[in-house]
Amino acid sequence: MGIPYYYSFRNLWTRRLTTILTASGMALVVFVFAATLMLAEGLRKTLVDTGSYDNVVVIRKSATSEVQSGVERQQASVIESQPEVAMGAAGRLLLAKELVVLINLPKRETGKPANVIIRGIGPASMWLRPQVRLVEGRMPRQGSAEVIAGASIAKRFKGGGLGETLRFGMRDWTVVGVFDAGSTGFSSEIWGDVDQLMQAFRRPVYSSVLFKLRDPGEFGRFKQRIENDPRLTVEAKRETRYYLDQSEAMSKFLTILGIALTIIFSLGAIIGAMITMFAAVANRIVEIGTLRALGFGQGSILVAFILESLFLGLLGGLVGLFFASFMQLVTISTMNWQSFAELAFSFTLTFEIAWKSLLFSLVMGFIGGVLPAFRAARMNIVDALRST
Amino acid sequence: MFIIKLIIRNAFRHKLRSFLTVLGVAIAILAFGLLRTLVGLWYLGVEQSSATRLVTRNAISLVFSLPISYKDRIRQIPGVKQISYGNWFGGIYIDEKNFFPNFAVEPRSYLELYPEFVLSPGERDAFIHDRRGAVAGRKLAAKYRWKVGDMITLKGTIFPGEWEFVLRGIYRGAQKSTDETQFFFNWEYLNETMKRTVPRRADQAGFYMIGVTKPELAAEVSQAVDSTFRNSLAETLTETEKAFQLSFVSMTEAIMIAIKIVSYVVIVIIMVVAANTMAMTARERIAEYATLKALGFGAGHIAGIVFGESIVIAMIGGGVGVLLTFPAAHWIETELSQFFPVFSVSPLTVYLDLLAALVIGVVASIFPTWRGATIRIADGLRRIG
Repeated sequence: MGIPYYYSFRNLWTRRLTTILTASGMALVVFVFAATLMLAEGLRKTLVDTGSYDNVVVIRKSATSEVQSGVERQQASVIESQPEVAMGAAGRLLLAKELVVLINLPKRETGKPANVIIRGIGPASMWLRPQVRLVEGRMPRQGSAEVIAGASIAKRFKGGGLGETLRFGMRDWTVVGVFDAGSTGFSSEIWGDVDQLMQAFRRPVYSSVLFKLRDPGEFGRFKQRIENDPRLTVEAKRETRYYLDQSEAMSKFLTILGIALTIIFSLGAIIGAMITMFAAVANRIVEIGTLRALGFGQGSILVAFILESLFLGLLGGLVGLFFASFMQLVTISTMNWQSFAELAFSFTLTFEIAWKSLLFSLVMGFIGGVLPAFRAARMNIVDALRST
Repeated sequence: MFIIKLIIRNAFRHKLRSFLTVLGVAIAILAFGLLRTLVGLWYLGVEQSSATRLVTRNAISLVFSLPISYKDRIRQIPGVKQISYGNWFGGIYIDEKNFFPNFAVEPRSYLELYPEFVLSPGERDAFIHDRRGAVAGRKLAAKYRWKVGDMITLKGTIFPGEWEFVLRGIYRGAQKSTDETQFFFNWEYLNETMKRTVPRRADQAGFYMIGVTKPELAAEVSQAVDSTFRNSLAETLTETEKAFQLSFVSMTEAIMIAIKIVSYVVIVIIMVVAANTMAMTARERIAEYATLKALGFGAGHIAGIVFGESIVIAMIGGGVGVLLTFPAAHWIETELSQFFPVFSVSPLTVYLDLLAALVIGVVASIFPTWRGATIRIADGLRRIG
């Protein structure tokens, strides 16, 4: 017969201070564990949502990002004439020849400069990115010095708000609209007419060509043909793949950092749980002896103490997760090393992260409790009863 | 004397518990020290930069270049002693994960401006005179087992193509903290190739490095440079090397702040663990404290015993942690040299480590000390277990 589970539970309640201290140590570890996973997830979500599967980005061969790339006008026309490019209403091609450059803008709060992506867009650019919506103002008129800014730029950078002006390329540019692109990377960009921007930056080449595939399955054929075309020195990637590659270094860094920190921290918390459980066993030697004398087996004692430790872990896990969920309100902005541009992303909690965190807290509780539980189970009945 | 003996005896009464607590504190202090060192490294480039060097780049942003004709105009500005120029090349060696910084620079003036990159006179001449010559840092060369005279091929990301270089020298850092993982090659090679392949990108320098005669002139010279080119097609932004490095560091500041916060969180976690140990210890010994009080020892004495025990445990853990930091840092430096070419623990970090251990000891003992000092004799003696 097993010892009732509330025996374990009530033991925790009896020694409240110790329970609270141990559980809060674990809660902090779970908090860090969950927060790093949430950060990596937020980054991944931001960059994956940025692209769509049917879209193809064409950049210069061996360039790793649009900023480094250059596609000559003539090459862009060759790509434009490929049969795989989808056709929209009124026979217009769903293709945009774009310019992507970085400019240095000061932040509103600190005045510190950061690199911001400026994208020269064509008429189809907005259409190709359904996740981008204009929320305030209007679209820039073609041929004028007008730009629209992403929501996160409008909020955080000087001169980025509606009606304000930005100065670059020897001209003043009026922000005539603000667009919202959800949690995607576009929210950290500024868009303007591609021909005006090429003129202003004295850059006679496009950075990339973006288009929608007529049929998503035709990508392989298109890629092969275009990369073997002797007139072209370009590389084609699906838009989803392109943005995933952009975040690779950053997400790897965050993951490694997160794992390293979690391992070190969990060692601390496991030691804490072990101290608590050893003390719990030491304080109850007579009690354990009595239970054994009453006929509870070694197995039941073992289970009771492991259960107590698991409760402890679960408590810490729930508290840690509770506080970690508030991190969803925080947005981190940092420089992405691969594009050298400012990128804002937030902590994202998923169901998977939640159960991983709870499982992790249970594992910590188990490892902390297993040695003390064995000590309790292997106690000699007579010795245990005799001790005072 | 008696009280110190009592404290030390008490600290090791529960050997297993004390050992686990000391271990916990040691791990926390080790982690804290390593994280602090990591944050320090981030700012290392800033600290290494010289006060007499300025960087001039295109005002729009780093991706825009400046005409090479600016060189002579900058040289005429009073206060300018030397000038060199170069481009960030961003080449890839075999695979993208083999990252190291690589630049195209004008060799003669660049080496004059950077005396911390030490080359033998023979290597130096060979590098200057070979148009395809390149120089690599000692650690970088050791990592890929390059020897002087080897052919090295980089794949250009900003400048397309396969670029072949002949390694003409391996530089050593003048100081221990000088970055020995850089790679630079003759700017003429880049420029000549660009003239042939993409003429509009030829005769362009990504940045100018300016050596000023006196550090006090830095602000004046940078203003003079920028006003020379105001309202031109390529406006410039000139700042000290330190400010330039800092602008990079500040863009990734969010991550560094997170690491800093985390380094304190680990201390808090272990504080909780240590507080738990002390709380348990005090609870078990309530009867003892009451007995001591009954014998006539004052509240201050009891408090001192509990407090002292906590400090002893925390400081032993802190000491072990500090001792472990050095071999750990050495291991990181040798095994992970691609990420952390230099990983040296500063004296400040050691002081912070010990301070953190002290704080752990003090905080952990607050509640038990108060409990021990204020316990009423009758209550304490009456209590069982």
